[in-house]
Amino acid sequence: MASSKEVLFNPILDNNPIALQVLGICSALAVTVSMANTLVMCAAVTAVTAFSSLFISMLRNHMPSSIRIIVQMTIIASLVIVVDQLLQAYAFAISKTLSVFVGLIITNCIVLGRAEGFAMQNPPGLSFLDGIGNGLGYSALLITVALIREPLGAGTLMGYEILPTVSNGGWYVPNGLMLLAPSAFFIIGLLIWALRSWKREQVESADFEIADNIQYREAL
Amino acid sequence: MSQPKRDGIGNILLVAVSVCLVCSILVSGAAVALKPVQKANRVLDQKKNVLIAAGVLAEGATEDAEGRGVEALFADFETRVVDLRTGRYADDVDAQSFDQLRTASDPSRSTALATGEDPATIKRLEHYGLVYLKRDASGAIETAVLPIRGYGLWGTLYGYLALDSDLETVAGIGFYQHQETPGLGGEVENPRWKAQWAGVSLFGDDGTPAVALVKGKAPEGSGARSHQVDALSGATMTSRGVQNLVNFWVGERGYGTWLENMRGGRV
Repeated sequence: MASSKEVLFNPILDNNPIALQVLGICSALAVTVSMANTLVMCAAVTAVTAFSSLFISMLRNHMPSSIRIIVQMTIIASLVIVVDQLLQAYAFAISKTLSVFVGLIITNCIVLGRAEGFAMQNPPGLSFLDGIGNGLGYSALLITVALIREPLGAGTLMGYEILPTVSNGGWYVPNGLMLLAPSAFFIIGLLIWALRSWKREQVESADFEIADNIQYREAL
Repeated sequence: MSQPKRDGIGNILLVAVSVCLVCSILVSGAAVALKPVQKANRVLDQKKNVLIAAGVLAEGATEDAEGRGVEALFADFETRVVDLRTGRYADDVDAQSFDQLRTASDPSRSTALATGEDPATIKRLEHYGLVYLKRDASGAIETAVLPIRGYGLWGTLYGYLALDSDLETVAGIGFYQHQETPGLGGEVENPRWKAQWAGVSLFGDDGTPAVALVKGKAPEGSGARSHQVDALSGATMTSRGVQNLVNFWVGERGYGTWLENMRGGRV
């Protein structure tokens, strides 16, 4: 059995849910325009993954396999609603912009992936740590993307001005692409490239090999 | 526990029912327990938006320079309900509990707008609207704040328009909810852009709303300039939407009749 330290920290670099498993991309594109939103979203996803893994692991020996996905989804959905309600009560300004994405945590592949792939086979404590770890892995990547997108797109970080923009009398012309979802695709792609160049074992083996071009004589 | 028993029909039902029960108690418990806080948040947020549009409170601040909080500052404002059709106060409607946006979707308290009469694309116009009035020491109106809304590029912008004591000049504008592209149409939130609204005169010589968002304002001193605001660069649709919605809400279908009555001293 994996040690709790491995379970907690492996997902950050060695088994990152976004960079290696390429899960949870949708919200990574949507919320990384601003750092404040990103941090709240990361906290929400980490909390939901950790607690859903905990509860699902507690129930794993009683869960009939025919309805296990439905039971998992019910637990995840309930937790997401509770998180959304908490945000509306205690972080109202952020919940106004994030509400739709928080609701979509239910469909975040990382949460169900950890529930089905880890929590169903492991004890509750370890599953909880695995949830936290994957939440941290998700957060690490999102924060990196937001660190690039917010300053280049809006000239600010956490709402504070870093690069004085032309519209505020400075010199920086904001890069509009950074504010749109495709830029996160490019950044995540580049990050995956960098990560896999550094950690070669993450490179996937090719599914098939392309045959050499044939001479026309071979076709005949 | 043996495999067959876990997958038996009895256990399936038991697990399904108990999971649903526990989860629903959890969700409804959270919703009910947090409702008062959430409601207070929404009310406070709305007051804050009125204060920001009126220029009493800075963006993102929770108190003004003298340390007065949102509640204290909002206490200076009087909330009234206006019958948009007649332009008179509707005192039979309780202003404190009146939810203008909700009545806009209620067929008995709103009218559908045809395409030609709906430049702001709000589909239904409510019969009653709120106004927030700040009076000076003599009781005359110092600032009037009107709720405004209309379609931009991606969705409806919701905001407040603050008017000076003459009810013809803009004191400030603010949008508290919108879905415009960040950095382009989203610049409706930019304080520097919003600052140029102060002093814009709403009505043309014929008395109809004449606000225009333009690229390159008319030269200094010309009559047209007093109605003009710089359009948002790269956001033609949002700019057009803002222009249409401001003109709509201060026009005859919106608060125009009430504004006219107020200026003529007929209320």
